[in-house]
Amino acid sequence: MYSAGTESLIKQAREIQDEELQKFYVRVSKMLSSKEHCSETIDSLQRLKLIVSATKYARLLPAEVQNKLQTLLRSPGCPEQLRLLCSAVLSESLPPSVRSLSAGLTQDCRSLGSVAAIVLAQAGNKDELLPLCQHLLKCLESRQPEGQICKHTLPILSKIISFFPEILSEDQINLVNRKLVDWLRYASVHQGASLSSGGFFTGPRSRQPGPMTEVDGVVVGDFFTVLCVGQSYTEDQWMNMYAFSMLRKWLLTYDSEGTYDRSEVDSSVMSMVSATSSSSRLLPPKERLREKSFEYCQRLIEQSDRKAIKRTDTELQKVCLIEAVAVMDIICKEDSSYVYRAFPCLKALYGRLSGDLAFARALMPIAQFYLNHSEMAAVDSEAVFRHLLSRFPSEMFNEPLLAFEFVQFCRLNMAVLQERVPLYRQSFPNIFKFLAWNSPALIADYMELLPSLMCRETAVEILHTLLDLPCLAATLDLQQKSATFQAADRVLWDNGTKLANCLEAFRQPSCRGLFLYILRPEAGTGDTIDRLNMLHEMLADMSESPRVIQCAQIVPVLLHVFFNHVAQVTTTYSGLANERQSLHPSLLIDQSRELLDFAGSVSNISSKKELYTSVVWMIGEYLSVSYDKRCTVELITSFFESLEAVLLEITQVRQSTKPPNYHPRVLTVLMTTLSKLASRSQDLIPRLSLSLSKMRTFAQSAPVASCYSEEDIEEIITRASELVNLLKLPNVAQFVLAPSPHGDNPRWHKDTNTSLPHSMRAVSGLLHKNSSFLPG
Amino acid sequence: MVHSFLIHTLGPVSALSANESRVLFARAFGPEESAQRGAEPEPEPELVPETRRLLQKERLAVVARRVRSVVALGRAASGVPAVECVLGEEAAALGEADVGVLRLTSGEPFAVERTVLWLAVQSLAFCLVCDMHENLLLAEGTLRNIGRRCLEELRLLGPGSEVILKSDRIDALLNHYLPHGQLLFLNHRFTHCLDRELSSYGNK
Repeated sequence: MYSAGTESLIKQAREIQDEELQKFYVRVSKMLSSKEHCSETIDSLQRLKLIVSATKYARLLPAEVQNKLQTLLRSPGCPEQLRLLCSAVLSESLPPSVRSLSAGLTQDCRSLGSVAAIVLAQAGNKDELLPLCQHLLKCLESRQPEGQICKHTLPILSKIISFFPEILSEDQINLVNRKLVDWLRYASVHQGASLSSGGFFTGPRSRQPGPMTEVDGVVVGDFFTVLCVGQSYTEDQWMNMYAFSMLRKWLLTYDSEGTYDRSEVDSSVMSMVSATSSSSRLLPPKERLREKSFEYCQRLIEQSDRKAIKRTDTELQKVCLIEAVAVMDIICKEDSSYVYRAFPCLKALYGRLSGDLAFARALMPIAQFYLNHSEMAAVDSEAVFRHLLSRFPSEMFNEPLLAFEFVQFCRLNMAVLQERVPLYRQSFPNIFKFLAWNSPALIADYMELLPSLMCRETAVEILHTLLDLPCLAATLDLQQKSATFQAADRVLWDNGTKLANCLEAFRQPSCRGLFLYILRPEAGTGDTIDRLNMLHEMLADMSESPRVIQCAQIVPVLLHVFFNHVAQVTTTYSGLANERQSLHPSLLIDQSRELLDFAGSVSNISSKKELYTSVVWMIGEYLSVSYDKRCTVELITSFFESLEAVLLEITQVRQSTKPPNYHPRVLTVLMTTLSKLASRSQDLIPRLSLSLSKMRTFAQSAPVASCYSEEDIEEIITRASELVNLLKLPNVAQFVLAPSPHGDNPRWHKDTNTSLPHSMRAVSGLLHKNSSFLPG
Repeated sequence: MVHSFLIHTLGPVSALSANESRVLFARAFGPEESAQRGAEPEPEPELVPETRRLLQKERLAVVARRVRSVVALGRAASGVPAVECVLGEEAAALGEADVGVLRLTSGEPFAVERTVLWLAVQSLAFCLVCDMHENLLLAEGTLRNIGRRCLEELRLLGPGSEVILKSDRIDALLNHYLPHGQLLFLNHRFTHCLDRELSSYGNK
């Protein structure tokens, strides 16, 4: 297929020397000038095309050559082959021909197509496309006699608007809307005249043309569509076909909510009117197009029920079904009154197609339609999704295009499926079958999809399924081969004993259960099975099959996504939990016994450092009647005594004292918490002051000095002295050490009374630096 | 609509490194889309035509490489031995051909998201780069049709170099069956009329 000869020709074209190239240009220029164009001209142009397209960097054509190519391209009698060659050379080379070609646009349809190809390829912005666009619209607008409309008008226009939808004014959009209605709905139902040699659109008819037929041979009884056949076609029938071909794109661009909707009429009035087709003549062009498009789609759906004579027409029927349902979906999104007209038709269509897997791909847009509109229309959609989620993955996992469409459907509708279709999450074992079969192509999509399948009920089972994904790949492979290979000997010949062993195991009734578990369509029968290792043994011989290896390579990626998602969810929950704690300090009262035990146990200081410190801080902060009315003096006293005992024990100064094995922060938090509690039950103040007064001695003792830094020791001493000073002013202490729960509100700073605690805090902070109140 | 049509190699090419693919034919039907389409234009710095063309070529080369890789993996997984058909056996070659589709996310390599549909016949692939939400069944049919005609008219199963020397035939095919990237709903009669038009191509 691709030979060394071809490679060497490409190399020659890329490496042609400049001198030789210039000589070649001169020869080409001469050939183009002559009136007669022979096969030598064709050959030379073909060679020139290769030269200009073979390099990454564009070649610069001499002006003379470029001009001659443009002239030839535009001359009316130019044969198609020459035109295409000129167009190809000009598109691939520089300088760009856009402006010069756009300046001289003519009515000649054949050259217009080639000119358009160059303009579209080389245009850099909207302005460069404008002349071409305006020219096409002018042709559409003027009443042309038959044979004058460039047959590629609609494809060119469609391509232009796919880059610059804003290029058309509202009037121009309406003009096109009107023309589309004419072509879609009012094309002739008689055949075109018999063709003379060459050319599309012929002159006067030589005989009376017969009627068009449907794909099954029956004479057409309704308006013309792409599913009507005849010997030859009239111009408006060709335009009917081109119009339907670009209809979806047109509606998406100009009929979609928010984008370029410039309807001046009140849309609510219009939706009432549009529900009845008899009054459609009164509708503005956009709404009229919607109506006629809807009728066209309905007709296509009905025409698809006929038994086509030709196989290509059967294929076209499926294609038309997909397009018709998609267009109806767009129309219904714009105007929900169409939903009630659409559903009877689509329900019937679903009924017709659901039994036949050959129509599986046509069912995808139907499922999308149900997802979008069934709720609004109060239509039950369960059967449709059950069919989709349970049958397709099980029976068609190896159809690459269906797999792709199914996975895109899930990905694009994840949010809605999670919310409204419980069967979606439950069907994850089935959904993974597409991935197991074709990992490289689908892994990126499944990375997005996986979180949407995870919930509390499914998470563990999903984890097991991910780990067993290669087993699933192997089993699916065996399933396929088992269906294909009837005779064991054939398998041996083709694939060796390894596969034969696995196949035999697959066919054993005793192992059926294992394989059925792996192939299960729905979750819920158990996270995993006991005899998994047996399954692994049976499939061991397939572990080197490429499909299994490719699948195994993507499992770590998915596990990563899995655990990331779990971590995210957990963080969200625990973040919420912390918030809850701070908003529900009543938990302290509810759990007081447990907290007392915990806080009173000295061993917890070293074994649960952070937690201990946090708990002690929490006690100081929230154990107060202002947070929970159940907080009694007795409770405060109990906590105080418990913590005081801890403080005393860890700050004993004896000869056998070991250096402290906890962070100095534990000490400061303990001291502060005790002070807070004491400020709420003032009998406790004298006791605490005594304890705190011993802190200096403790802090300056040898074991402590040997293990804490000077700053830490200083901090302990100053904190103790600050607290002692504060406790000498009990009422002040009460405010400073326990401001009201709403003290963070800026309002509290402006009010003289409520700003006191904050001022005191600031003052005390200043005071302690200069304090000489430290006893002893 | 279709953004571009490519024919590229799937097998090893002596002048290129192992994973690269030689693009034998490429036709992009329109300009490259700016990523900011739709937003109120902050005019993006306009690229000169030279740069635009270069970018287009490089992007298509990236697509070819990705398709090559995915086809190789798919063939390895299916384990079906490669069949070598010769001239005259086009129908058989097409029967054995693999078809597949890949999503090209935004930036990889085009500014907007697209899909690439490929048809792999022995050591060559035919690709259609389509916009998102295209009628894939129609695209598949169109691709098979164009692929078949290319195989036949350019004698691709043989050792010749028509694919690069007579590439105007491919342009003619595209002009009729995929004008400016528009996929067409053609029943057998419309196709027949287009075939008849094409049959006179190249005859003066």
